[in-house]
Amino acid sequence: MSLSKVKHIVLVLSGKGGVGKSSVTTQLALSLSLAGHSVGVLDIDLTGPSIPRMFGIENAKVTQAPGGWLPITVHEADPTAGTGSLRVMSLGFLLPRRGDAVVWRGPKKTAMVRQFLSDVFWDELDYLLIDTPPGTSDEHISLAETLLQKARPDQLAGAVVVTTPQAVATADVRKELNFCIKTGIRILGVVENMCGFVCPNCSECTMIFSSGGGEIMAGDFGVQFLGSVPIDPQFLVLIETGKRPRYPEGTLVNGQDISTPAGAPHIEEESIKDAASLMQKYRACSLAPIFSKMTADVVSAVQRANLA
Amino acid sequence: MAPSLIDPPESAESVLANPLKAPPKLVAPEPEHCPGPESEKAGLADSCAGCPNQAICASAAPKGPDPDLDLITARLAGIKHKILVLSGKGGVGKSTLTCMLAHAFATNPSNTVGVMDTDICGPSIPKMLGVETETIHVSNAGWSPAWAMDNLAVMSIQFMLPNRDDAIIWRGPKKNGLIKQFLKDVEWGDLDFLLVDTPPGTSDEHLSVNTYLKGSGIDGAVMVTTPQEVSLLDVRKEIDFCRKAGIKVLGLVENMSAFVCPKCTHASEIFKATTGGGRALAEEMGIAFLGSVPLDPRIGMACDYGESFFDSFPDSPACKALKEVVRGLAGTVGLDPLEVMPDD
Repeated sequence: MSLSKVKHIVLVLSGKGGVGKSSVTTQLALSLSLAGHSVGVLDIDLTGPSIPRMFGIENAKVTQAPGGWLPITVHEADPTAGTGSLRVMSLGFLLPRRGDAVVWRGPKKTAMVRQFLSDVFWDELDYLLIDTPPGTSDEHISLAETLLQKARPDQLAGAVVVTTPQAVATADVRKELNFCIKTGIRILGVVENMCGFVCPNCSECTMIFSSGGGEIMAGDFGVQFLGSVPIDPQFLVLIETGKRPRYPEGTLVNGQDISTPAGAPHIEEESIKDAASLMQKYRACSLAPIFSKMTADVVSAVQRANLA
Repeated sequence: MAPSLIDPPESAESVLANPLKAPPKLVAPEPEHCPGPESEKAGLADSCAGCPNQAICASAAPKGPDPDLDLITARLAGIKHKILVLSGKGGVGKSTLTCMLAHAFATNPSNTVGVMDTDICGPSIPKMLGVETETIHVSNAGWSPAWAMDNLAVMSIQFMLPNRDDAIIWRGPKKNGLIKQFLKDVEWGDLDFLLVDTPPGTSDEHLSVNTYLKGSGIDGAVMVTTPQEVSLLDVRKEIDFCRKAGIKVLGLVENMSAFVCPKCTHASEIFKATTGGGRALAEEMGIAFLGSVPLDPRIGMACDYGESFFDSFPDSPACKALKEVVRGLAGTVGLDPLEVMPDD
């Protein structure tokens, strides 16, 4: 199996769609890479792959080598800056036209997930993040089956479960937690996404999708709560247009001032969307410190799990 | 040498035209890269060479037309309008919109409305309509749906779960079976509208709903999206699916467009439409644009508590926008918009 050189496999799961699995996966990957780990991202959302768009590599094509299919490189490791490499594999790369529907029934999806797990040639990786579609169906069953059979027990680190705070979302995500318990996948923690929005005009924070639901759910299931992530439209703009996030003076996130220094030059080239500089630009995003802490928690949860 | 790069994804047309084969009896476990014994390529794919099951899979007969289709058509004969709510993307508000439409159609007491939740792994409809704790009653006429209001019937897998949080770990064929039962065995009676809420994606549930409802006729599908490109990308695929499956797209609704700060009334685009949003997509695909619904935290709250948003917050701008959407939709299925949703 081509996963043999991967040290830790982390799944990103959620029963609910649109809660930010792909954006959490993206940010975990960027943070892990900033912390010096080599990271791979595997997107198994077969009928709605978002990862290529997230990393700005929609036009990339996968090539084949003797060891398997080669994933797309977002950036290489930079030992002087202490950052790790980042590689991505998604079904999106195999589609002829981006608007085409992939209409697949379960058995075909199962075959594809298996093939993705066995035939992608991941070189030495510290972390492989697997982004999943919503639900507890074909893709998830095949993923769990294949990993539990073929991956070494110390390889399959566990799952990060994403939710939004409102009850309608946690109701579905509770089902996902039960799926993990049933299939014996360790839960590394719960991330509560979209928990508040700070008005750029008056700095009033509104809980658009209510608040606290993720933490209560984590408590009910006795799993670690990794933290809340507010909504930051600047992150979306960064993903969609490649613009470096800038914040007005006095913007506070979790008590930290993240406003852009007044004298910071506005560099024109920075507005160009290109995959290689994504990680550097992400550093300026208000969500980066939140994810950096969360990533550290995930890393230590993985290490604890391996000792146990 | 690694196995060759997978064959290009099967075209949607061929999947739609070729129903699954009857599952053959296998003599050995399925090998790696098995295309699936029920798939069209069973026994014929490159990876089938040398598999002990090859001959069995290749000779499995195509299933032929499902004998239950006639039963379904008969069962649904009393339903005037069947509307699907679709989106390629999750969490954009399919279930919310379905509930809003249901409440809107049901405000007229002479209408009877049914809601069928085909999201098997993540059912949200029961919670949003406040019937989460209901169970299904079975009589000799069939399964009785739960009633959220005197004229609003609901069916969802949630009603069949022993515990609220139980995971439904089902593969495709099992999900198809349940959807068929929802259509064949549920005593829907004479409905003016049947709204079908779907999970995100273009997979088993969508194919089954399409197959089973073809005979009795679908009015069309309402597409839901949020303004950002990551979402439009998936919705474009869903529209492509409808075209290929011959489902009429009634229109596109853009949800969560702008957020108005309750303190300073400053409107922010949280999910920024960097590529023109829903309106541009509707134009690009040549479908009707039914309207933009602003992001209002009270919609989410109404859903969490299972209340009707129209009744609880009739003055909110989101409510006004939704009423326009309902009127637009009523027009596309040939009803008088003002009769369905009268002016205030």
